[in-house]
Amino acid sequence: MTDTVSPTTATTADKAPIARRNRLKRLAGFNVALFVFALLYGAIVLIQPNFAEPAAFMNLLRRAAPLAILACGQLFVVVSGGFDLSAGALVTFTVVAASLVIGGDPALTWPVIAGLYAFGLCVGLLNGLAVTVLKVPSIIATLGMMLSVGGLAMLWSGGAPRGELSETFRLFGRFVIRDVPLLGTLPLAALVLLALALLAAWLLHGTMYGARLFAVGDNPRAAELAGVPVRATRIAAFVVSALSAVSAGILLGGFAGVSVNAGDGLELQAIAACVIGGARLLGGRGTVLGAVFGALTLFALFTLLNILGLPQALREAVQGLILILAVAVTAVRERRAR
Amino acid sequence: MTLAAPLPAGRTGRARRPRLPVPALLTLVSLLLYAGTALWTGQASALSFEGIVGLLQRMIALGFVALGQTFTILVGSIDLSVANLVSLVAVLASYLMAGDPAMIAPAVMAALGVALLVGLLNGLLVARAGINPLIATLGTGLMLQGVLSASYEHLRGSVPPAFQTLAYGSVAGLPVALPALLAVAFAAYALLRFTRLGAHVYAVGGNAAGARMAGIATERVTLFAHLAASLGAGLTGLYLAARLSSGTPWIGRDGAYDLESIAVVVIGGTLLAGGRGGVWGTMAGVLFFASLDACFTMAGVDAFLKQVLRGAIVVAAVAVYTIRTKGHVA
Repeated sequence: MTDTVSPTTATTADKAPIARRNRLKRLAGFNVALFVFALLYGAIVLIQPNFAEPAAFMNLLRRAAPLAILACGQLFVVVSGGFDLSAGALVTFTVVAASLVIGGDPALTWPVIAGLYAFGLCVGLLNGLAVTVLKVPSIIATLGMMLSVGGLAMLWSGGAPRGELSETFRLFGRFVIRDVPLLGTLPLAALVLLALALLAAWLLHGTMYGARLFAVGDNPRAAELAGVPVRATRIAAFVVSALSAVSAGILLGGFAGVSVNAGDGLELQAIAACVIGGARLLGGRGTVLGAVFGALTLFALFTLLNILGLPQALREAVQGLILILAVAVTAVRERRAR
Repeated sequence: MTLAAPLPAGRTGRARRPRLPVPALLTLVSLLLYAGTALWTGQASALSFEGIVGLLQRMIALGFVALGQTFTILVGSIDLSVANLVSLVAVLASYLMAGDPAMIAPAVMAALGVALLVGLLNGLLVARAGINPLIATLGTGLMLQGVLSASYEHLRGSVPPAFQTLAYGSVAGLPVALPALLAVAFAAYALLRFTRLGAHVYAVGGNAAGARMAGIATERVTLFAHLAASLGAGLTGLYLAARLSSGTPWIGRDGAYDLESIAVVVIGGTLLAGGRGGVWGTMAGVLFFASLDACFTMAGVDAFLKQVLRGAIVVAAVAVYTIRTKGHVA
């Protein structure tokens, strides 16, 4: 097996325009999701004018917050060139485990939250190690983790929701700050989303770690030759994704309550949100803002379909269609850019 | 680009030990596991002819889908819509038959025709439109599922008893579907091994750009692979309709045929990146899953614990091949 030598012909002279073009591309990628979201929300307001009120928008934001947070975490793995299919199962585990351990006792809230993040850290580390050390492709590695974590949640709960969440725990997803100037109401979940999205954006777009992650996703061999610790960078991406799943689970448990299929299919929706937000599968491109708006777009779409009275089942069909369209648009743009 | 080391870890020097090919090794491991568990739990009946047939019977549903999935993975694509397609075909077949034996043939043709149309759509999206196969087939899968769930109220039906022989009838002590699965596997093997199209499948999966430069119509090969995957899913759908006497929109999803089929193909030694692997590896992978299931049942493992162990075993089984990979894997 020969080591493939990456092309190193790019001179510093033509790096600047490439960087500029990349920045433009990134902006364009983010614009699509924002544009589609604005369009969908406009349509919703046309049909149901009360959605123009800030309270309705805030409510949408609150319900979309878990998916948006999940999408931010998933984005790290997608940018690194992989997938994290275990995220949805981890959301379920978070909700189920929290209610079982807390059992309505508010004193246990904070220790349980700490414990859940520790569990998430382990899941992320195991995913990362399976991909980087065992070299198992991330689809398979995280699929295995999805089965195991999902099975663990079912095993522990016996397949039915048991236990109870404490009010303190539910605060994150439920609590709404009232009488806020300009906005009227402000759900705590929206604030959590804002804080975590800013954190993710800083980590991905503002730090050396983020730059390394893009490099790894673009061309791992080249990144390695350039001195990037590829393994550690990748493992960290899986950890970020797992921690975001725990956060999403805490919010979801807050307003949706306990259910053994709380996280079903969320991993695919999160990947869809990243893609709608302009991220490239198999790595190298994506923005946090795009991922957040990708998630909001999905939720606006669900809301619109609800208002139109379409059966719940058709939601999925439309989601599939949107997904294909979003990627088709990206594929066509990329072909044109070349 | 070399994504992975050759499977028998290219030790071509003088110390060349004869090695069992992957399918044989995996089959051996599966059977030892099965026999060992049977003896350990003192269930000797599991080792009788009926017991072994029962084990093989567990292979059928997953077998057809996995054979189809082998083609998509070999060309370097993937098909996540198969689980939903299994449900669609099962529902459609039982709706069209509506208990009438005269409708068996037309219903089977129509259901498989729909499956091929879905395959065509997948193939066009992947090969022509250049959409990432994961997203394209995830999207078509969601569309199928949505349409199916929304219209199931009007699509209830059941298959006539005659059609159920596909699942319950037997030939020379073997369930009918078992020789059928074997025949399909042989056909797939022959196609890959002895035809030009088969060679092209490996060429496209190994190096798509090189294959294109060599004059292979790569788009058509990818399209063919997606047709094969859909056909495999269609056969599983028909089998499940026969076994359950009617299809429901959930059978494909409940069986997790999308992810399971991918898992057994990869466990069977087919490279997820394409270009290397084959039919018998997949069949051995399916046997491995069937034996695992049988062992868990014999040992009385809790259904949920089974899932936990299964997840770990999938990763470990794939790691056996991949751990020697040089370079990075995403």
